[in-house]
Amino acid sequence: MDIPYTVEVRRDTGLNNGKIGIWLFLASEVMLFGALFASYILIRVGSPSWPRGDTILDVPLATFNTIVLISSSVTMVMAWASLMRRQFGKFRIYMGATILFGLVFLIVKYFEYSHHFAIGEYPSHNNFLAVYYTLTGLHMLHVIGGMVVNAYFWGPGAKLYQTNPVWFTNRVEHSGLFWHFVDLVWIFLFPTLYLL
Amino acid sequence: MSSDHHDSSGHAAGDHAADIDKHVRVYITVFIALMVLTIITVAISYLHLSVPVAVTIAMIVALIKGSLVAGYFMHLVSEQKLIYAVMALTVAFFVVLLALPVLTHENGYWIPDAAPAAAHSEGAH
Repeated sequence: MDIPYTVEVRRDTGLNNGKIGIWLFLASEVMLFGALFASYILIRVGSPSWPRGDTILDVPLATFNTIVLISSSVTMVMAWASLMRRQFGKFRIYMGATILFGLVFLIVKYFEYSHHFAIGEYPSHNNFLAVYYTLTGLHMLHVIGGMVVNAYFWGPGAKLYQTNPVWFTNRVEHSGLFWHFVDLVWIFLFPTLYLL
Repeated sequence: MSSDHHDSSGHAAGDHAADIDKHVRVYITVFIALMVLTIITVAISYLHLSVPVAVTIAMIVALIKGSLVAGYFMHLVSEQKLIYAVMALTVAFFVVLLALPVLTHENGYWIPDAAPAAAHSEGAH
């Protein structure tokens, strides 16, 4: 049985099912990160003292990671635009670049975490680090999840392009929406954890 | 739309090359804007402003950056009404969620420096 409304638009919603699905999922993600942000505010306000992020964390490294993640958002949207233009070769290049940017982000994060672990700064060290590891750890899981989906569309999932290019383009748009959301979360995490 | 194949935005996929070219130019502009705003965010942090001022500026810049990503990369500027409805509901609940700590905190202040009782709180952790 074919999945309905993967390509054509539903009259009542004006959307295909994949798009409304991913937006509802993102809405739940907003609440997940929102709950953690609210917890962070509560813990920070309730604490008798709170360190500035830059006294503990590496700001230049995080700035580099911010630039990497923003760049990956651009390559992601360019991958979708390439499919809209029916340029599959360019799609592969841009999607490959998006995955590589994600990998660079994770490698930098690995070095950041390793440094903290080496000097005994574990989540149990203080509230600041507990919040830092929780928020960045959850964000990192999202980066990994997005990379897995993108890698699928770069590799085996791309077969769909041969038989139904519009459906494949829509799928890439939906994975792109998730990837941009991951970028969006980092845009708020970066100043709140590292700079304030 | 005359094409048999439409994507969820109502665009006819593959036959709007000029539209896509215009989109790509917007993406590049947004990318440059995001880079500039990132540099501004970091530069401001080196000014070592007071916490309330720093939080306010950082959140305003982050909101602008977030709006650019959501508006252009996620195509929210030209979405269907149902997506706006979902987002409006999400934003409403998100605001309530963030307001909870403010409402439940005993003195109602969410910035330590602004709270008279916690004026001494800045410094060592």
